[in-house]
Order: sequence, then structure tokens, then C-alpha cells
Amino acid sequence: MTVAKRTFDAVIVGAGGAGLRAALQLSESGLKTAVLTKVFPTRSHTVAAQGGVAASLGNSTEDNWHWHMYDTVKGSDWLGDQDAIEFMCRKANEVVVELEHYGMPFDRTDNGKIYQRPFGGHSQNYGQSPVSRSCAAADRTGHAMLHALYQRNVRANTQFFVEWMALDLIRNADGDVLGVTALEMETGEVSIFHAKATIFATGGAGRIFHSSTNAFINTGDGLGMAARAGVPLEDMEFWQFHPTGVFGAGVLITEGVRGEGGILRNASGERFMERYAPNLKDLASRDVVSRSMVTEINEGRGCGPDKDHVLLDITHLSPETIMKRLPGIREISIQFAGVDPIKAPIPVVPTAHYQMGGIPTNYKGQVVAPKGGNVNAPVTGFYAAGECACASVHGANRLGTNSLLDLLVFGKSAGESVVEDLNSGNLSLKPLPADAADVSLARLARLEGQTNGESVFDVGLDMRRTMQKHAGVFRFDNLLKEGVSQILSVAERAKRTEIKDKSKVWNTARTEALELDNLIEVAKATMVSAEARKESRGAHVRDDAPDSPEFPNGRNDNEWLKHTLWFSEGNRLEYKPVTMRPLSQDVEPIALAKRTY
Amino acid sequence: MSINRGRVRWQCRRALLELDLVFARFLERDFDRLTDGQLADLEDLLRCEDHDLWAMVNGSNPCEVDRWKEMIGLLSQR
Repeated sequence: MTVAKRTFDAVIVGAGGAGLRAALQLSESGLKTAVLTKVFPTRSHTVAAQGGVAASLGNSTEDNWHWHMYDTVKGSDWLGDQDAIEFMCRKANEVVVELEHYGMPFDRTDNGKIYQRPFGGHSQNYGQSPVSRSCAAADRTGHAMLHALYQRNVRANTQFFVEWMALDLIRNADGDVLGVTALEMETGEVSIFHAKATIFATGGAGRIFHSSTNAFINTGDGLGMAARAGVPLEDMEFWQFHPTGVFGAGVLITEGVRGEGGILRNASGERFMERYAPNLKDLASRDVVSRSMVTEINEGRGCGPDKDHVLLDITHLSPETIMKRLPGIREISIQFAGVDPIKAPIPVVPTAHYQMGGIPTNYKGQVVAPKGGNVNAPVTGFYAAGECACASVHGANRLGTNSLLDLLVFGKSAGESVVEDLNSGNLSLKPLPADAADVSLARLARLEGQTNGESVFDVGLDMRRTMQKHAGVFRFDNLLKEGVSQILSVAERAKRTEIKDKSKVWNTARTEALELDNLIEVAKATMVSAEARKESRGAHVRDDAPDSPEFPNGRNDNEWLKHTLWFSEGNRLEYKPVTMRPLSQDVEPIALAKRTY
Repeated sequence: MSINRGRVRWQCRRALLELDLVFARFLERDFDRLTDGQLADLEDLLRCEDHDLWAMVNGSNPCEVDRWKEMIGLLSQR
């Protein structure tokens, strides 16, 4: 079978915030840049980001990047790499101001500066009091950001391939990345995108869980492609469960609600966060809030007939404030909880929200993997940014508003690195191996010819239920062990999926089967990595690793202050050190400490 | 030229979980019964921004385009 070939300086997979920011850097540098995306760029999941983007502008309260760096390292439970965290926090003001110049309609203060509001985990003066650091555009920050970046890309002549699904990474015998194969949904034809540089910006894979805030497109395509091509996935045991998902639907209620004064209450109406986080209360870090909520439920203080949720109360705010600052939240509550939050509190539970781990990169956005004794050897021609990547700035737990910052900073950084690597002669268009498309064609042929196979829906449902039960917000050793064998069994079934519709054109059943191939890699990585890490840290909370004088919060730095690397081949794990040294010699490392709020 | 149902079905994949949940119900219950005319209306509606579409579905922003109203009605049915 002949496979068409297209050639570019750079190919980017994914057109959310990170992909668009990277594309802009390349196109404005005059490089021939292709962006592949399953859906129209402005329908990427970045649209859903409500809260804001963190930057220590200090417009509302005194602030500086050192405080932001401290909060981020502490939030990460010291698993974040301090060089990447310094880089991100120092770059924050620059990328936010840049975005403002691209036309981003940030909310304004009365004197015309960017309005900033408080957000969970962000503080003044190294944890002393909440700070206003989040720059927002009402509760549509992600939407506004995506539109500003997309329009700028159109101006820069970025070439978009819309409704194309990338299938597999192409590597040569040296392991260099040469591009991707991709399927055009409109024709069902496979093409090779041959490029000097390949950037993955495919977002997260929250759909591995049964209860998730993620849209259906979040199927971890970049992670699946990387894993199948021999690139490890880093720290995949760390998933942030957002404290406030609408009970029964998973839909997100932004942390901004608590920033504006929302209060969590148990069945007796008590503001229970006062007991768990006396200083920051309802604005404590997300995992602290999630754990507190589940503890309330587990100890019988939950609400409703089954005592299985808690309440988020904003009834004390004026209707005008709710309508002005939180217009979308009222609509979500009415549709999915049947409650008008002006009149009654919203029923909420923790729900899977954000993946801290991903494709390992350095702060430059270069993908790194162990090679020849170097645990962080760059993979030539391969870059990643945004939720699919692990820089690692979020470590074991991400702070709200640091994700939009991550995709701006590291999208730009990945783009800059490609330009630098091209200029320095480190990148070139290398010859494609003769079998460049064979893996993808074999996957499609297998799907085409499968008989007596498994239903994509059934296997997907079993994967999501297994992940929810065995690797949820609280983790237990026996459940994790069972979970490993169960998810490996589900993965075997995923190799035999069958689709009844064999048509080539706009075959959504085929697309969903291919997406499941990616999800299952992420699910295996998550379960195996979680089972192996025998401590509690950040969002990874184990019942058998509780708070103790020897191991505060269950964290064991002697044995587990290290990054997990999961390899699909052989389903094996390796580990690598956390970078505790900041980027600059004159910046002091943030010393290990117990994480309390 | 007839509208490809597969294309329209794929374009019901949205950026927001809220809309995915609404469209999942709609695809299961209503989609296969749509006439070509209704399909054309739906395809037109799907060009909307997600937040705008969501606002019409949840009633916070009334639909002002006559040809979209029938589809908004189907999507809004809980």
C-alpha cells in the first residue's frame, strides 16, 4: 500500500493551548509548521479551563516569582524538578503580558491593570497568607486564550490539518524521531508527516477514569504513541482529583468559586476545612481538600440520603456577585445537579481532573529518556508540552492556574528549542525508514480483519471502572495489586477489539478503537506505577502510608524522592532522581519540609 | 449534496464535558432519526463556539436563530 508523504520543518500534534503556543513560536520564526488535530482547534479541551493563569504580576497584592516557586515546589510535594519550576515561575509574567498583546481580554482592575484573584495553594511570603495571583477572563480564561492563540497562528500561516488523528511516532534505528503517521478522518487514508522536529501537545488522558471532568477527546493519544514507540511515561501514578465535581456527573466546579468565597460544608452544615487547613481553609491545595472531603464522607458526615457527597455553599454571596464573577457555575449546577446555587448549595465530590505525569521532558520541552548512562538524554527531534508532558513542574500535585501557565511557558519553550536546535545544526530531515508506516498499517489491518473480537465500548467501560475502583483518589495496597492484574487483563482484551462498521470515511467507531489503544497504555502506566510507589505523596495517597512522625503525611523521602519511569515494553519500571537544584546558581533550593497548609 | 452522518456525529465531540454528556444522550436517542434537513440544521449549529452552544442548551442565553431551535430543543431534553 502506498502511503502519501508530507514534509515540514515541524509537525505538532494537538491544537490546544500548548500546541498553539508552540506552533506560533515556529511559524513566526518562518518555519513550515503543520498542526494535526482531531477536532477544530478552538474545540480543544483548553476551552474548559475556567480559573485563570498564574503570574506574580503583583497587581492586586504584593507578589514575586520566588513565592510562586516556593508554592509550586511545596504543592508538588517536592517531586517537581526545581530547575523547571524556577524557569516556569520566572517566565510567567512574560508569557502573560505576551498573551495580553495577542489580544487576550483579561479582566481589569479599576486602574486598568490585569485583575488577579486568589487561588488554592498560592500564597504570599512563603505560605503565610493567600495571594491574588490568578489572571482570568471571567470564567472563560481557557476559551479566550485559545482564541487569541488561534487567531495569531492564522496570521502566522500555521498550516492546520483538522480532523486528522495521529497514529504512531516514527523513529529510526538510532531512536531519532522523524515525524508521525496520521489518519485523515474524511477519507480514512493514512499519511506520513515527515519532519525535522515533532512536538506532542495532545493533552491529558482523564478518560481512563469512570468519573472525570475531562471531555471525551482526552484520550492520551500522545502518551499512547510515545509509549508504543519505546519512550517511557513519567510519574503516571499522580492524578489530581478535583475536589469539586458535580455529584453524579463529574462536571467541574472551578476552584475560583472558593476563591470568590465558596465554603465546603458537611451534613451538619459545618465548615469542615477549618479543621483540616486552619490557615487557608477552603483554599488549601486540591489534594488536601479532596482528602478532607472524602474523610468527611467516609466518617459518616456526608450529605444526602446515602451520605455520599458534601456541599459547596455560595448562598451567602450576592446574586449579583454570582452572576458577574461566576456565571457559568450557576448554569452547570442547574443542569447537572438540579440546584440553583443562589438559593441552595451545590452537591459535590472529588473527580479525576488532571494528569501530573506524562512524556518526560526537560525545561526546554525536549523529550528525555535514559540512554547510555544518562537518565535525561534528549530524544533527537522529539519535544512535548502541556498536560501530555512531564517537565516536571507539577510533581505529585499541581496547583490550580499553573496548568495554563505550564502550556504557555513550555509550549513557547518547546518552540524556541526547535528553532535553536535547527539553527545550531542539531536537527535535520533524516531519511525515513522503508517501514515507517508499517506499524500503523498493521494496527488498521488488525482492526479491519478482527472477527469474534471484543466490543470497544465494553473494554473501555471495564478499563474505566477498574481504574476508578483500584486507582482512585484513595489507594489501598490490595486493591492496587488486584488492579494491576485486572488492567493487564483488560489490556489483553483491547488487542482484540472489533468494529462492525468497516467503512473508510468518517468511521467514528474506528477512531474510538484507536483511541482505546492509547488510553490503555496510560491506564497500565498509572496502575503499575501507583502499585509500586509504597508511600503517600501529593495526589498519590495510600491507606498503608499514613501520617507518622517518621513519615510526615506518609511521605518517605529516603526511598521515594524519585521520578517513576514506566516502559510499555515489558511493563517495567525504572526511577530517576528529582532535580532539587534550581536553574540559577544564585537561587536557593526549596528545602524538603512537611507539606502543611 | 447529501451530508455525511459520520462527519456530523464526529463533530458532536466537543471541548466541554457538559456538551459531551448532552450530545451522548442525543446521539443515542435522537440522531439516527434525523432527516437530512434536520441534519443540515445540526451541522450549522455545531459551528457555534462551545460556550455559546452550552448557553443555548442550558437556557441561559436564548437561541435566536430559528433553524437551530428544534435541535436546541432536542439537546435540552433531560
